[in-house]
Amino acid sequence: MTVVRNPPVAAKARGTRLARRTFVVRELGIALALLLLVVVTTVANPRFLSAQSIKDLLLGSTVLAILAVGQATVVITRNVDLSIGSILGLSAFATGSIFVASPGLPIPAMLLIGVALGAGLGAVNGGLIAAARVPALVVTLGTLYIFRGLDYMWATGRQINAADMPAGFLRMGTATVVGVPILTLFAVVVLVAVGYYLHNYRSGRELYAIGSDPAAARLSGIPSGRRVFAAFVASGALAGLAGVLHAARFGTLDANAGFGMELNVVAAVVVGGVAIFGGSGSVYGAALGAVLLTTIRAALPVLGINPFWQDAAVGALILAAIGLDRALSARVARSLRERKAHV
Amino acid sequence: MSERVARVRGALGSWDVVVVLALVAVAVVGALTIDGVASPRFWRFVTLEAIPILLIALPMTLVVITGEIDLSVASVVGLTCTVMGQLWVSGVTSLPVLIVVSLLLGALLGAVNGLFVTGFGLPSLAVTIGTLALYRGLAYVVLGDRAVANYPPSWTTSAIKPIPGTTIPWMILVVAALAVVFAVVLHATPIGRGLYAMGNNAEAARFAGINVRLTKFWLFVATGATSALAGVFWTLRFASARADNGSGIELAVVAAVLLGGVSIFGGRGGLLGVVAAVALLGVLRNALQLAYVPANTLTIITGSLLIASVVGPNVAAMLRERLRRRRSIAPTVSPTT
Repeated sequence: MTVVRNPPVAAKARGTRLARRTFVVRELGIALALLLLVVVTTVANPRFLSAQSIKDLLLGSTVLAILAVGQATVVITRNVDLSIGSILGLSAFATGSIFVASPGLPIPAMLLIGVALGAGLGAVNGGLIAAARVPALVVTLGTLYIFRGLDYMWATGRQINAADMPAGFLRMGTATVVGVPILTLFAVVVLVAVGYYLHNYRSGRELYAIGSDPAAARLSGIPSGRRVFAAFVASGALAGLAGVLHAARFGTLDANAGFGMELNVVAAVVVGGVAIFGGSGSVYGAALGAVLLTTIRAALPVLGINPFWQDAAVGALILAAIGLDRALSARVARSLRERKAHV
Repeated sequence: MSERVARVRGALGSWDVVVVLALVAVAVVGALTIDGVASPRFWRFVTLEAIPILLIALPMTLVVITGEIDLSVASVVGLTCTVMGQLWVSGVTSLPVLIVVSLLLGALLGAVNGLFVTGFGLPSLAVTIGTLALYRGLAYVVLGDRAVANYPPSWTTSAIKPIPGTTIPWMILVVAALAVVFAVVLHATPIGRGLYAMGNNAEAARFAGINVRLTKFWLFVATGATSALAGVFWTLRFASARADNGSGIELAVVAAVLLGGVSIFGGRGGLLGVVAAVALLGVLRNALQLAYVPANTLTIITGSLLIASVVGPNVAAMLRERLRRRRSIAPTVSPTT
């Protein structure tokens, strides 16, 4: 982003408004693309909007959306968390093992255990990154391997079947409230809570400040280390939650849950308009990106397009999204400059 | 301050040596304690496994030194394999033609990455996550879930034929020649100095007259072409072309490059460390397998080494800095007591 030195107040307000509007436009853009995709697909095959298929779409997006919210929080601070797939795997396997050991455990307790486990693993990431001042990409690539290795070590090739899980827990994986799966409600609550926090709390805004200019953020007294640490704990905790939900949805678990998911999540975040170098975007966009990616995969076969085109379409979408972001931010930067020149 | 910078530089400069020493130590200890590590067959397997990773790691090192990254390499491997397979099925039976077409395809795929990154000014991390999905997707479009596996057996034999008198596959000579070329370019030419310069500060490099965009563009082309070569080798070695060939090796390559001492922010690192790191991981994995250590332990070791490679130098620098400060304070305090 362009830095404008001491702009007159009115112009500054207008510029900020324009910048903000552009990013709202960015999210509306994904929402519109999603709407268009759904409409076109439904015209081609009305059953695409049947209750069952909507339920499948929402369920399919839930885990990806929760991970995307966590990842967006980290990416906004100009970091990245590649270990979430492995955290999800550990948490999912932990859920299965704990339920096998004590089938009577109440579901809320299991959710708390998953979140706590994820937060602990996220704290390992955040601690290394903040305390030893090492790049997040390297640390989380390392913990991607370590956490997955621990998962394999724990599972030792075992598989936990749906029959070993409490029936109530599996019911939660499929039950709906007025057509919306319960699991999706978790995602909505997480999204609204994190979105509200990032937008309205001082420490939430500071995450954006750290991402848009780390040096300036430190100089202005923002405790960067602590904030980045917290972002990684949050990302880990959400991956832990996603692991429990994954277990509830699929029932059958081995050590491979969430394998290779990290780049999908980063893709969803990028499609959702969160700049990979931090400082801009929102978790709403990231969640929309996750829903859009899931919907594209579901819509292609319905549209009669060879399902083997799925990955290619997703790739093209990512390139289009970052190209669009570049064009938008160039426009905002230009008009901010012009405003300054006029006054 | 400058002294501290020099010390950190010194520590990082010797990182290459640390990795080489670790490699030698693992090889010697392995050969002495684990049955079979000393055997020529062991080294043949290690080499066969390391060839594709090395091929991709060579240009990746240069890319990361300029401050960029290419995550699409494994998908380039997959797409090359499937296109080669499809051509073979549709009647192109000349191996040299297939190899040339594959290399051109790889260069083209790399050029697409380069165009998005340097032409449109987009972040390479995001672009190549996009092309990672795109190229892998196209691989599925080309071959679906079919496999092409009816190549002439003589192709496989010729690809993994040992150097006469040894068990080491001759293909490693091609890799070694490429490694020398990349090493000379990186460490002994103005272009190489330019790569470090743009990794440290792209703007300053531009003002110094280095064509940052063009250089980076050609680096992405080179990465695409060598990834395609890795794809050709993959196809020939396993006599099988499938859309998921090479899936996921991008992170293994990046891990080796980082473990080899290249900074993810660019501007630092060298090829010796990276080549040693690829070898270290390969030897370690195969030796531990021979010692019946489960594969997951190796996964954990890989991750820990990676973290140690960045945390180690940083913590060492911090400790030294603290020691230095204490020493410089001490003389002014001691006379008064």
